[in-house]
Amino acid sequence: MRRDIITGVYFALGDVACAEGAIAAGCRFFGGYPITPATEVAEHMAKRLPEVGGVYLQMEDEIASMAAVIGASYSGVKSMTSTSGPGFSLMQENIGLAVMTETPCVIVNVMRGGPSTGQPTKTGQQDVMQAKWGSHGDYEIIAFAPSSVQEMFDLTIQAFNISEEFRCPAFIMADEVVGHLRERLKIPKPEDIHLTERKKPKELPQSYAPFRPDRDLIPPMACFGEGYRFYATGLTHDETGHPQTDSAEEQTKLVQRLCEKIRRNRDRIVRVERITLDDAKVCVIAYGSVARSALAAVNRARRQGLKVGLLRLITLWPFAEKEIEEIADEVDGIIVAEMNCGQIVREVERRADHRKITFLPKLGEDPHTPEEILAQIRRVAR
Amino acid sequence: MMQEAHPIEEFTRKGMIPHIWCNGCGNGIILSEFLRALRELNYDMNKIVIVSGIGCIGRISGYINADAFHTTHGRPIAFAVGVKATRPDLKVVVISGDGDLFSIGGNHFIHAARRNIDMTVICSNNFNYGMTGGQSGPTSPLEAYTTTTPYGNIEHPFNLVHLAAGSGAVYVARWTTIHIRLLRESIKKALKKRGFTFIEVLSPCPEQYGRRNRMPKPMDSMLWFKERSVIRHHINPLEAEITPNEIVVGEFVDTEKPEFTDLLQQQVQSIQMKLEKEGKLTNVPL
Amino acid sequence: MSPPRTPLSPAQKLKIAEVEILVINDRCKGCGFCIELCPKHVLDYETRLNIRGAHPPYVKTEGCVGCGVCEEICPEMAIFMKIKEKEK
Repeated sequence: MRRDIITGVYFALGDVACAEGAIAAGCRFFGGYPITPATEVAEHMAKRLPEVGGVYLQMEDEIASMAAVIGASYSGVKSMTSTSGPGFSLMQENIGLAVMTETPCVIVNVMRGGPSTGQPTKTGQQDVMQAKWGSHGDYEIIAFAPSSVQEMFDLTIQAFNISEEFRCPAFIMADEVVGHLRERLKIPKPEDIHLTERKKPKELPQSYAPFRPDRDLIPPMACFGEGYRFYATGLTHDETGHPQTDSAEEQTKLVQRLCEKIRRNRDRIVRVERITLDDAKVCVIAYGSVARSALAAVNRARRQGLKVGLLRLITLWPFAEKEIEEIADEVDGIIVAEMNCGQIVREVERRADHRKITFLPKLGEDPHTPEEILAQIRRVAR
Repeated sequence: MMQEAHPIEEFTRKGMIPHIWCNGCGNGIILSEFLRALRELNYDMNKIVIVSGIGCIGRISGYINADAFHTTHGRPIAFAVGVKATRPDLKVVVISGDGDLFSIGGNHFIHAARRNIDMTVICSNNFNYGMTGGQSGPTSPLEAYTTTTPYGNIEHPFNLVHLAAGSGAVYVARWTTIHIRLLRESIKKALKKRGFTFIEVLSPCPEQYGRRNRMPKPMDSMLWFKERSVIRHHINPLEAEITPNEIVVGEFVDTEKPEFTDLLQQQVQSIQMKLEKEGKLTNVPL
Repeated sequence: MSPPRTPLSPAQKLKIAEVEILVINDRCKGCGFCIELCPKHVLDYETRLNIRGAHPPYVKTEGCVGCGVCEEICPEMAIFMKIKEKEK
């Protein structure tokens, strides 16, 4: 009797949906530390993982959590952690290690008000740049922004799949509203859930090089105890995994490949949702819980005869540059609504005429109300 | 030219020996004795994982012919916990330095020991941070000269034996690199014992520590170990100190305690059996 | 740590190790551990320098009892014993 996919319809908490999505995706290791508003992910994993033969480890801090996640992933087990702003900051160094050692893993950040301890129980979207630039060094990652409890489930499965395929950390950048919302959750039948597994080496141990890429720039991944006796390090390394700390050529080769393996696939990775954009003259760009209000605002505006559309970002990184460029030429005004002092709007400004862009920030307790966004739409549409 | 290979070389990665460590560095002795211990125990080398951190001794994982991982500074134990918890069938060994394990990594050490998770941690204690040029660390003796204690160290060092014992390790020993065979026997014992086992190995660092503390030649450190070591098995760990006059070595803790992965497995099994009996998918409400 | 020693009876066969000391010259970094710590003082420094600028060891006198300390104390895997066992 398989216990990992509990097909059915539920009225579930966002954090819990995320945990169930992870288990459905095959996650069998969670290493984390409690932090509002992500604690429910950990607590649900603590209850469910033993039922599916997995391991829940409450580590001593978030640094240890991320290290344990990498260890478990290298042991052949799909692994994840969940946290919020302060913990996310602590994890950054080891996120860099995961990037450098090409470790498949999922990190959930249920964002809250920052900086520092901030407002633990209130929502925010202040960490979205940090997901891309938080660790030192140059690298690419993949990040999703769920807007509903259903997406907390679905996108977590996507995150696992994509991290296994590209051998990189994948992020679920949720926010406290989506994490603590209760909504309808449909868990499909097992045959309707598609899972991706990491590429395994075909060659024998004698000829295996742990970081020799295939033509898709992704190396097959051997794990501990499989007889490959490989070596992996966070130091700049060559294909055999051994340190190459003096060679400019090796540094260039490695760092560029780590970026390129994701960049060259951005068309496949980037996901957006377009709502009534075909004839729109004003476009609202939003993600996460703000996108819910934006959707309501856009629908109301349409009923009032305004030609408005919504571009909802489902992936935050790699950024939807092409998609923004397409819209930018067709509309007269772009409204970027986010719960920070200006993060995704900067990416939009790189791709669209800044004279068309208005930024609608909000900080504090709740996301923008539909009225707030509608008011801005009316101002821009005039 | 010698055609014959050194007897322990087959346990090293092809082409990686000679290693990068300085003349007289004790890390080469720790590597050799560790490999000899593995050979005598006849372990399946495909079922061992070596994890090391940042520091000179951290390079050891690149020399051993086994699955190996070199983590960020201070984190090998946390990484190893993730490995052991998901693959309890593998033998996990952490070999790292005094700074990596007890300064930046101190928190991970005490918690892994507290959990009594089955792994062996070997600390190469050379009293300073050698790789970065000889700065002071948590085991630098009082009054020692290092690049960051140019007027003499005013901090008390850890008594690692006491720290490990207090954190809950089930086997704790201290040796120096001159105690070659006693060290090897201790490593074998630690590897065979179920639970969190710890061995501190005092190691010469002539280029950084030795040179600044009146022990510039490799033999100076070894003579310090030879002349000042005294074996006192099973005395109170609090009294197993390293002082200017003596270095207390030996085995200090050798106990039994339920091991973490055993407890985990038992719990998981009982939960699953309960679900089987009740014919349910889950007992956890959404 | 080591097992208690039992006295040899005349009836027991004595095993004496016949040992050859082999040095991988170019690995030696010149720490001197083998030479200084050999209990029988059979090793000494060569006058020539090897590729690392060190004076590697050589067997100067007879008297090696095959204790193996040189092999184990060497940090570089540069010196080792070859044992041939003989029954007497």
